Amino acid sequence: MRAGENNRHLTGWLLASPLTLVLIFFLVLPIAMIVVVSFWKATEFSIIPAFSWENYDFLFGSPVTYRVFGNTIKYALIVWACTLLIGFTVAYFLAFHVRTQTWQIALFLLCTIPFWTSNIIRMISWIPFLGRNGLANSALISAGITDEPLEWLLYSDFSVILAFVHLYTLFMVVPIFNTMMRIDKSLIEAAYDGGASGFQTLTNVIIPLCKPGIMIGTIFVVTLVMGDFVTVRFMSGSQSANVGRLIQNDIALLQYPSASATAVVLLITVLMVIGILLRFVDIRKEL
Amino acid sequence: MTTKKLSRRGLLKGAAAAGAATAFPAPMIWAQNIKDVTLRQFGTGVSNLNEVAQKVKEDLGFTLEMTALDSDAVTQRAATQPGSFDIADIEYWICKKVWPTGNLQAMDVSKIKNYDKIVGIFKDGKLTPESTIAQGTAPHTVGFTDGPDGTTFADQQTNWMTLIPTIYNADTLGIRPDLIGRPIDTWAELLNPEFKGKASILDISSIGIMDAAMVCEAMGEIAYGDKGNMTREEIDKTMAIFTEAKRAGQFRAFWKTFDESVNLMASGEVVIQSMWSPAITAVKSRGIDCVYQPLKEGYRSWGGGIGLSKNLSGLELDAAYEYINWYLDGWVGGFLMRQGYYSAVPETSKNFMSENEWGYWFEGKEATDTITNPFGDAMAQAGEVRDGGSFEERMGSVACWNAVMDENQYMVRKWNEFIAA
Repeated sequence: MRAGENNRHLTGWLLASPLTLVLIFFLVLPIAMIVVVSFWKATEFSIIPAFSWENYDFLFGSPVTYRVFGNTIKYALIVWACTLLIGFTVAYFLAFHVRTQTWQIALFLLCTIPFWTSNIIRMISWIPFLGRNGLANSALISAGITDEPLEWLLYSDFSVILAFVHLYTLFMVVPIFNTMMRIDKSLIEAAYDGGASGFQTLTNVIIPLCKPGIMIGTIFVVTLVMGDFVTVRFMSGSQSANVGRLIQNDIALLQYPSASATAVVLLITVLMVIGILLRFVDIRKEL
Repeated sequence: MTTKKLSRRGLLKGAAAAGAATAFPAPMIWAQNIKDVTLRQFGTGVSNLNEVAQKVKEDLGFTLEMTALDSDAVTQRAATQPGSFDIADIEYWICKKVWPTGNLQAMDVSKIKNYDKIVGIFKDGKLTPESTIAQGTAPHTVGFTDGPDGTTFADQQTNWMTLIPTIYNADTLGIRPDLIGRPIDTWAELLNPEFKGKASILDISSIGIMDAAMVCEAMGEIAYGDKGNMTREEIDKTMAIFTEAKRAGQFRAFWKTFDESVNLMASGEVVIQSMWSPAITAVKSRGIDCVYQPLKEGYRSWGGGIGLSKNLSGLELDAAYEYINWYLDGWVGGFLMRQGYYSAVPETSKNFMSENEWGYWFEGKEATDTITNPFGDAMAQAGEVRDGGSFEERMGSVACWNAVMDENQYMVRKWNEFIAA
């Protein structure tokens, strides 16, 4: 009996160990390294192991940091709101308006087709479209809507957010669609029978039951947008910056300690955001 | 190519058969052994071309692996991954960041066959005996070190070179004459409100700040002590002028890669911007009018060279010297000059260019026939002359060299603020 229990313990440890080891080597150790390096000093051509608050001092002492973090959060919030609205609508349509499962699957696959190409290609294809002499502007001018090309279509916050929404909406659709499909249809019938209007059913039944899906989608979108630097660089024509670009610049200029310090602050910010989100929904319970 | 040369490989074979050393001052190399040598070279896309690697295989017999990266990646690799390369093809201003890491070894000048023919710019800084030395990190200031193990730069020529110069050019602003419709002759035009929302500058701080300085000086706003080594106050003033222009919407976008600059210009998003000479050619080859405009304040110049990894020794090191000697021997020079760059040893390149090509690219003469680049694209028609004129005219009006300043870290931070502004 004792031996059997011991055995079970051992088996448990053994079963858990591969994943634990993988996580230690590929997640915990790199992050620990980044934290350590963030306290080092650097010159043009060398990194000096030391313990110094210099990087953090500079980071928190510079108005640029606050502006850039503000910008990052602004992008995250706007993109989150847009993807949620579009993602929820698409998922709602797929789950409740499309009658047969065949069509649901077919339309769902249709949504994923753009994702068969690379992120960068999907993003860059917006540039000729939105440009001064691009398709969008030619169409607007020939339709008589504007006389002059709209300059703000490209290399602006608008184009950055447009690209983000385009790139990341699917990450909202999938989890929301997933939770919607599990909603017991009889609950909706019951709401109708009880005299609830369509809108009341939506707010009182469907949205609360979709919360885990919304939350998972939110975590995807927020972390992706906050960590992104490529989209911001290309779509703003390098004219705007978010935290990712700050880190990228530092790395390009061999300022690894300073890049690490910024990365640590970004990581803490993202973890805080996720922590707050998880207070609203207990994902483990809901799944 | 007009002259036929005895191939190096043929020479090597002959030498091996006779059991004698090669005809060059490099130590004995046996043709059979050298075939097994592989040298790994990396550098920017300008000069890391597969054609060169192929020709090396043909002429010298060993294998050269080329990796093309952008300037920042080049710096990173040279500074942080010394084991990953044998030959570093880097720019002189990058040398200032990379040399102190000790990842490169100094080169023995006495083994360089064509050393005497290398242009003065890389040796004493002077194109002609009378010329003045431009501001910035002029190549000769970081071109020499005190000895085989030197980690600092020597003030004058020594027997030990940090980089062997290979390629250089004079840069200026690119414009779209069809969209501007009037002559442009000064750097100050970049911030002219007439081009609001249609100007661009490159987002590589070490180079961008130099262009910015050329503009501020031309506007008469700032008189620099040395544009290539600014004081904090000068950096602040420069970035303030550019930040103000950015906030006022002067710039359409900033570019970081070659392709971006080409697309900005070709699509008409931008009509005036800092640009590189092959990017101008790329725009032109799409049938769009684009000019590399000579400006009265002069050019911002850059130079590149090849350095040897600290880890090279024995046969590999000998092969690397062979390669350097071959590089300066003219074939590569001709290849580079036919793209609009200059070779460090123009004399030998002449042997590999036609009279028409030499006249157009080097002497600033009218082309007598169509000028094509090494890839066969037409670069100019008969009757056209090169922008900026001859070699002496262009390299003689260099105002400053790409540089790494003493206040580099401060400058980088200010540049980041400018981008985030």
